Amino acid sequence: MTALSNRFETWLSSKNWRLHPHQVAMVDASSEAAQLLIAPTGAGKTLAGFLPSLIELENMHGNGLHTLYISPLKALAADIKRNLTAPVQELGLNVTIEDRTGDTSSHIKRRQRAAPPDILLTTPESLALLISYEDAPRIFANLQRVIVDEIHALSESKRGDQLMLALSRVQALAPKLRRIGLSATVDDPDAIARFMALDHQTCPIHFADAGAAPDIRMLHPLEHLPWAGAGGRYAIAQVLQEVRKHKITLIFHNTRAQAEIFFHALWLQNDDALPIAIHHGSLDRQQRHKVEQAMVNGQLRAVVCTGSLDLGIDWGDVDLVIQIGAPKNVKRLVQRIGRANHQYNAPSKAIIVPANRFETVECVAALEAVRENDLDGDPKGQGPLDVLCQHILLVACSGPFDPDHLYNEVRATGPYLGLSRKDFDDCLGFCTNGGYALRKYDRWQRLLYRADGTYVLRDPRSAQRIRLNVGTIQDTDTLKVRLQRQRGGKPLGEIEEGFAATLTPGDTFLIGGEVVRFESLREMTVEVSRQADKQPKIATFMGTKFATSTLLCDRILNRFEKKDWQGLPPDTIDWLELQDRISTLPKPGSLLVETFPRQGRHHLCVYGFIGRNAQQTLGLLISKQLELRGLAPLGFVATDYATLIWGLEEVMDPKSLFSLTDLESGLEEWFAENALMKRSFRTVATISGLIERNMPGQRKSGRQATFSSDIIYDTLRKFEPDHLMMRITRDEAMSGLVDFSRIRQMLLQIGDRIEHRRLGRLSPLSAPLFLEAGRVPVEGQALERMVAEEAALLMREAGLEI
Amino acid sequence: MTGYNFTLAGADLVALGSGALFWPDKKLLCVSDLHLGKADRLMRQGGPLLPPYEVKDTFYRLEADIVLSDAQTVVCLGDSFDDLDAEASLREDELSWLTRLQAGRRWIWIEGNHDPGPLSIGGTHLQSLPIPPLTFRHIPSPSSSGEVAGHYHPKVQMTLRGRHFAKSCFLVDGDRLILPAFGTYTGGLKTQSPELTGLMRPEAIAILTGKQARAIPMPR
Repeated sequence: MTALSNRFETWLSSKNWRLHPHQVAMVDASSEAAQLLIAPTGAGKTLAGFLPSLIELENMHGNGLHTLYISPLKALAADIKRNLTAPVQELGLNVTIEDRTGDTSSHIKRRQRAAPPDILLTTPESLALLISYEDAPRIFANLQRVIVDEIHALSESKRGDQLMLALSRVQALAPKLRRIGLSATVDDPDAIARFMALDHQTCPIHFADAGAAPDIRMLHPLEHLPWAGAGGRYAIAQVLQEVRKHKITLIFHNTRAQAEIFFHALWLQNDDALPIAIHHGSLDRQQRHKVEQAMVNGQLRAVVCTGSLDLGIDWGDVDLVIQIGAPKNVKRLVQRIGRANHQYNAPSKAIIVPANRFETVECVAALEAVRENDLDGDPKGQGPLDVLCQHILLVACSGPFDPDHLYNEVRATGPYLGLSRKDFDDCLGFCTNGGYALRKYDRWQRLLYRADGTYVLRDPRSAQRIRLNVGTIQDTDTLKVRLQRQRGGKPLGEIEEGFAATLTPGDTFLIGGEVVRFESLREMTVEVSRQADKQPKIATFMGTKFATSTLLCDRILNRFEKKDWQGLPPDTIDWLELQDRISTLPKPGSLLVETFPRQGRHHLCVYGFIGRNAQQTLGLLISKQLELRGLAPLGFVATDYATLIWGLEEVMDPKSLFSLTDLESGLEEWFAENALMKRSFRTVATISGLIERNMPGQRKSGRQATFSSDIIYDTLRKFEPDHLMMRITRDEAMSGLVDFSRIRQMLLQIGDRIEHRRLGRLSPLSAPLFLEAGRVPVEGQALERMVAEEAALLMREAGLEI
Repeated sequence: MTGYNFTLAGADLVALGSGALFWPDKKLLCVSDLHLGKADRLMRQGGPLLPPYEVKDTFYRLEADIVLSDAQTVVCLGDSFDDLDAEASLREDELSWLTRLQAGRRWIWIEGNHDPGPLSIGGTHLQSLPIPPLTFRHIPSPSSSGEVAGHYHPKVQMTLRGRHFAKSCFLVDGDRLILPAFGTYTGGLKTQSPELTGLMRPEAIAILTGKQARAIPMPR
């Protein structure tokens, strides 16, 4: 145990504090190149992370940047500054602490570059910018430590990949740099350690005490559970009851739209006028900040939220977490429970509210998993290449670079350990001249290859454009929503550009819990008024569409096999037993397919249990096959566990629909046409710098400053389908919303064990699918037909017929 | 050729789903605003490095229309090249392709605002082309009648039962026809824009491009 100096000992005893074992361990290990702390409750995390730095800074400060702190949230940087300043002052340390984010004024930023503080608190994006400056070597010359907070969250996204690349650059400039990662509970701590540390570095992992086991239960509904749907509104009275019994309750939803709808409905029943707010990622930043402040000040009794509250502010006084809708993912649930209720020895409380009858099965499986500490893990794939392209360009902004050195630097990072030289060269080629097989741009390349073997920007002025692109990894295409007024009305939040485009003046939608009416679109801002006279539309938000994890699906199937009904409400048990009598229950290791007629249509139900995204993709691919066979499919709908397809003809031989090769080739063709791919492509193309995102204020006239990325996608598909951008898009689609890898995994597992039940009527297990929203009409002539009908109608109405 | 049939100043015309105009009686095919070389021009100006295939793609589609219609005269209605340097940026194989398309046909280049000068490529170069009862020019002039023009790249943005889409379109009224932009990397101007609503009569129709050309009242 390293002895602390007098100053620190005095400070600790003055506060009557003793260091936790993990905090001591981290001080002892402070000369390690990397170390990781797994802190389930977050208590003492900040001090654990900063203590090694503060100890060093006692005797060496004022030498420029000593410690860098990275967090995914701008707000967190501000919070940490506050939390750190207090002990620093109490210790009497002469240490400067500043934060630097997108919100920092440009004159402060300039001064920070010229005379950096001892400790700088910043975000991944701001760090990426810092490495792109020519004076980056000077800024980082004396850097000793970097602390990455909420690293479990960062490791799941491209922002984490970008961060690791930026840190590899920083390490090259400051070889003595030591890293500390701070993480919540995860299924595979070793994976996080590998993510954070460089290839040759060892990374000891410390575990903070997890505290008492959580008190988690499922809500027992007072009425019959709905058959389908995701709202959870039936439970509002019970939810309010729990809110009354506790100090502060957080009510989590899986999507922003659900949070909005629930919040709206909650207030209609909030007769006691309990102060309850809403918080999610699409709301205006100031609004969110207000809610966070009110929470900290004890002015709120509950907050309806999404994962937006998962990171950041202290939940010290939160004593109940309610999860509406099946949790989909156990790890996230455990992380949330861990944050609530810092009273060290009191267990954290959580209640899961199933949204419909089937979800009770999922919820019970989740409860079991939490108690057994069985967390789901989806192994992270290789680092994405679009982020690498952006990194190469940022490095080029700071000065000439040697491609071999850069390759080795990048390849030492966790996400890019397996990066092939070919992939690196493809990215470099793309950055240089677009990487096209048709060499047309050599005269106007972005990067020049010099005689000394280094690459450099051909035109230094392009650095500005490249830097503007940082942050595209985080943002999506959203438009700001404001109340209409003479001079800039109150900002309410953001909505997706795609949704905004469907609005006509007079349409109403929910945002921030209120119903607003769309008035006009002016200069990239959606102007609304409070007159809400119509039924509100549901805005779509670009949040992640969570699919039930493989772990939960497996647990459910295992329960079915063992007929383990423990913990399920009687309604659900009756339903499952009826299914077993009329048809059969789905089992692990095989695929159940049912066919039955209903209301003049023939139905096919596939119980894949592969999560909503993969079931949706399966629906698309199978209906395509049915169409090719002349079986005239009309539409389909998917949930996390099944896909229901209906059409004009009965499917006599469903087993033949599940050949992996057929499905894979169907996928290739489908990739050509669909909107999901194009949306993925647009993101990839923007991040890598192929197209520039729309900057606000650019679209002054009706003419577009940048045209649709769809045209570029189509051109590449026709003339160079193997171009780097297309490859990256395809890879992303396979795992993301398309989730084909789960389909493949399932098919490989079942082999030819497909069980077909031909029924005379619909089965109990398929019943909820008939009520499910989100039916997808089968493409083909659908749009053309609609346009034809509509066109004829409009022409007749207008009395025009040329 | 199948498309949307209509009449302008007494001439029977067909608007093709591809965005080209066909005049069967004169065996004349007309396309507007090809903006060839746009990818090159954008990149020269330090813009994005777009896939350099737009010339190929535009020619591909143009060739399809020429062959199917068996047109004897082809009129390119201005802004055929994105700027004066674009012509020089065409590759050898692209130039030969163009020459092949021109072979055995009467080929007319109308001057546009982006390519206001004569081009060194073969064909006839004119400011406007009168073929009674119609006149072909690049920028529509409000006081004319029986005119076929381009320049504005009109497009329709529609929401149909929750599905949002945009299509380039022709605009037609009793006086004039405005062609959509045929070139691959061309953007569009919404029909609701003042330049277009001011130009076209209230009863104007928009003919949507796509797999099948369809007419709707011009959205205002």
